[in-house]
Amino acid sequence: MIRPESEAELAETVAASDGPLRIVGGGTRPVGRPVTGAALSTAGLAGIALYEPGALTIVAEAGTPLSEVRTTLEAEGQRLPFEPMDHRGLMNTDGTPTIGGVAAANVSGPRRIQTGACRDSLIGVRFVDGRGEIISNGGRVMKNVTGYDLVKLMAGSYGTLGVLTRLSFKVLPVPESQATLTVEGLSDTEAVRAMAAGLSSPFEVNGAAHLPGDAPRTLLRIEGFASSVAYRAGELVRLLERFGPVTVERDPQACAETWQGIRDVAPFHNRAGDVWRVSVKPSDGPAIAARAGGAALFDWGGGLVWLLVPAGTDLRARLGAFEGHATLIRADAATRAAADVFQPEPAPLSRIAAGLRGQFDPRGILNPGLMG
Amino acid sequence: MDMPAPNVEVLSYRARIVERLRGALPADAVIDDPTETRAYECDGLVAYRCPPLAAVLPRSTEEVAAVLRICHEEGVPVVPRGAGTSLAGGALPTADSVILGVARMTEVLETDYDNRFIHVQTGRTNLSVTGAVEEDGFFYAPDPSSQLACAIAGNIAMNSGGAHCLKYGVTTNNLLGVTMVLMDGTITQIGGAHLDAGGLDLLGLICGSEGQLGVVTEAWLRILPKPEGARPVLMAFDSSEVAGQCVSDIIKAGVLPVAIEFMDRPCIRACEAHAHAGYPDCEALLIVEVEGSADEIDEQLGLIKQIAAKHEPVELRESGSEEESARIWLGRKSAFGAMGQINDYMCLDGTIPVSELPHVLRRIGEMSKTYGLDVANVFHAGDGNMHPLILFDANTPGELEKCEAFGAEILKLCVEVGGCLTGEHGVGVEKRDLMSAQFSDADIEAQLRVKDVFDPAWLLNPAKVFPLAATETRRAAP
Repeated sequence: MIRPESEAELAETVAASDGPLRIVGGGTRPVGRPVTGAALSTAGLAGIALYEPGALTIVAEAGTPLSEVRTTLEAEGQRLPFEPMDHRGLMNTDGTPTIGGVAAANVSGPRRIQTGACRDSLIGVRFVDGRGEIISNGGRVMKNVTGYDLVKLMAGSYGTLGVLTRLSFKVLPVPESQATLTVEGLSDTEAVRAMAAGLSSPFEVNGAAHLPGDAPRTLLRIEGFASSVAYRAGELVRLLERFGPVTVERDPQACAETWQGIRDVAPFHNRAGDVWRVSVKPSDGPAIAARAGGAALFDWGGGLVWLLVPAGTDLRARLGAFEGHATLIRADAATRAAADVFQPEPAPLSRIAAGLRGQFDPRGILNPGLMG
Repeated sequence: MDMPAPNVEVLSYRARIVERLRGALPADAVIDDPTETRAYECDGLVAYRCPPLAAVLPRSTEEVAAVLRICHEEGVPVVPRGAGTSLAGGALPTADSVILGVARMTEVLETDYDNRFIHVQTGRTNLSVTGAVEEDGFFYAPDPSSQLACAIAGNIAMNSGGAHCLKYGVTTNNLLGVTMVLMDGTITQIGGAHLDAGGLDLLGLICGSEGQLGVVTEAWLRILPKPEGARPVLMAFDSSEVAGQCVSDIIKAGVLPVAIEFMDRPCIRACEAHAHAGYPDCEALLIVEVEGSADEIDEQLGLIKQIAAKHEPVELRESGSEEESARIWLGRKSAFGAMGQINDYMCLDGTIPVSELPHVLRRIGEMSKTYGLDVANVFHAGDGNMHPLILFDANTPGELEKCEAFGAEILKLCVEVGGCLTGEHGVGVEKRDLMSAQFSDADIEAQLRVKDVFDPAWLLNPAKVFPLAATETRRAAP
């Protein structure tokens, strides 16, 4: 494993490389087509470079463990707004998730529907492109329209355009209180309607998930000052009662565990099969799950559908044409090598994507083929 | 500020270009009469003007595609234009360019409350997007000051912000998808009613690309349920430094106001003279607005007042009614108009880390003395997005140049303390030549390579965003 200890050393390594490189953060998210190449680790680039609680910004080296970022923020009562998923349980991996990996895969959890995705909180990047050049874009201020937004482009590019070296994030205060409202026994379609009712209310729902099965549960989360949460919980109970009896959980530990389970897709842990992640408009969620067969979990008010299907299932054939995108998250290497892991794009967009790869990585050495 | 010399070859076959455009569009959609093209000679950056070769006002995505196809074949530069409110010269034409205005494309194509989005043509104004959904209890969050006039197309091109983005984010955080026409006339859709991209985040790349990568004709925008209520508090301090510290403490305390606006003494005085909002005469004034139910608002404002008390405000005025709220906002909202009454002014848009606020304000004050030009500061303090207004007299020879030099120095200061040249207005032509203060050659080259992919012939809004010298060979390529 090649392990540069500085950004400059990383740049030299990439520039001097005469073959493909497989970029490794914490190694906890083996998403994409398997890559053959020399392993290049970002673990040597670690540490919090800057943290200004009063400005709601943190800057960290890409190899910094996510847990270190979390602990640093917690000490000041702040957090990453986008609630990044921990893939280890779902993917059966160990290792230490890094902040660079989170950004490279644009990993976002339930709160994405309110505070945005990882890419929305990411306000600056530094990276080494496939030519071995160090490139900076964005910065450490949350309003910045200077030049093209390569920050967004790098988020979710899985190391195929450059190796991330340093990231700046906008962070938010941790609210003092939270509540989880549960309605039981709803069908997928009713559940999406109930979640839409909550999300269309002024009561700032920032989690909306549905767990189907023998005892289906539909969950809404609110956060804020204690008295405000109490008030909004009351209003939401009234709003949701037409769907069925509503229970309210106020215990912080219980709430945290519930939403961590949704974030990490806990119902699929230790169950055999391929796992797909589908993003559609929420009202299309139930039909997508029905077409897929297998088990489903709905987040983002129904707009994010996690699907567990028998290994090797050709999900794209089952889904047919639909508005949105499906990504194969978990499957064995052979399946991933043969499948379109990422949603095939219309011709003009795939031409643009290929063009961008050609510009950022003209030799095709950074995670080649990972995104297809 | 220089613009490239027009391509004489393009000018020489102007008649053929206009004829081809007329062949593709309805008669009233092509404007080439010199008295009429003058309406398109500038945008909100009025110091620079140049009538275009022609202006076209298509009504559909297909018509936009037809225009671009012709211009691509003829090698004619195209300058996309929303409502022309850019303060950065983003829509400034050159004599050899065709202005492509989307002002006639204003339709709402779909409103979907269950999925909380609206699908519009991009010539629609920002405020009328909210107008289309507010009776049903929804709104579109980004709210640039020009929202009455500015178009969604321009909002997307510049990634516009507004006063309330501390809570709701800027355009890019509220944009779900676009229909875009590439320079060669190819129509494509990126994103849609769903969240996030399947492959590379091209939507994020398009937003804020200043009309250089494609022409966005339709957009899917996220709409949000309106809060139950909102109420501001006005706080006056006897130093900018203390006001800046108060902002930082509010943020650290875990309150997340929807807006924190800051005005300094010159600005307060001008607004007072113009709008009579009843502002106290003080060094620095904060307007902090929070949202929620009546009780939630009380609680948050209570906490904010407690924090402010530690900084000994000279006055603290909490709104008790809709009318009082309107009065508190009145002065702030009329700030630019008020300054315009006094003088010509140049509005800057740099962003700085909030912690640098006192230092930067002090330095601007010192520079103001050196240059002999007054500055008024009004800005979004919560996110560090400053709007220094430099006052000058356009009729005094040399004063515009002096003002520009002063502005450049302020923006360089913003970069020096860890900020950036522009927080929400865009680079346009105004800050084009300052880009190298913020970016290395490699940083700029990486961005130019992106344009190479979308627009290899460099015909879309080509003389903007980057220093002319950096793009010269690309623009000159056949």
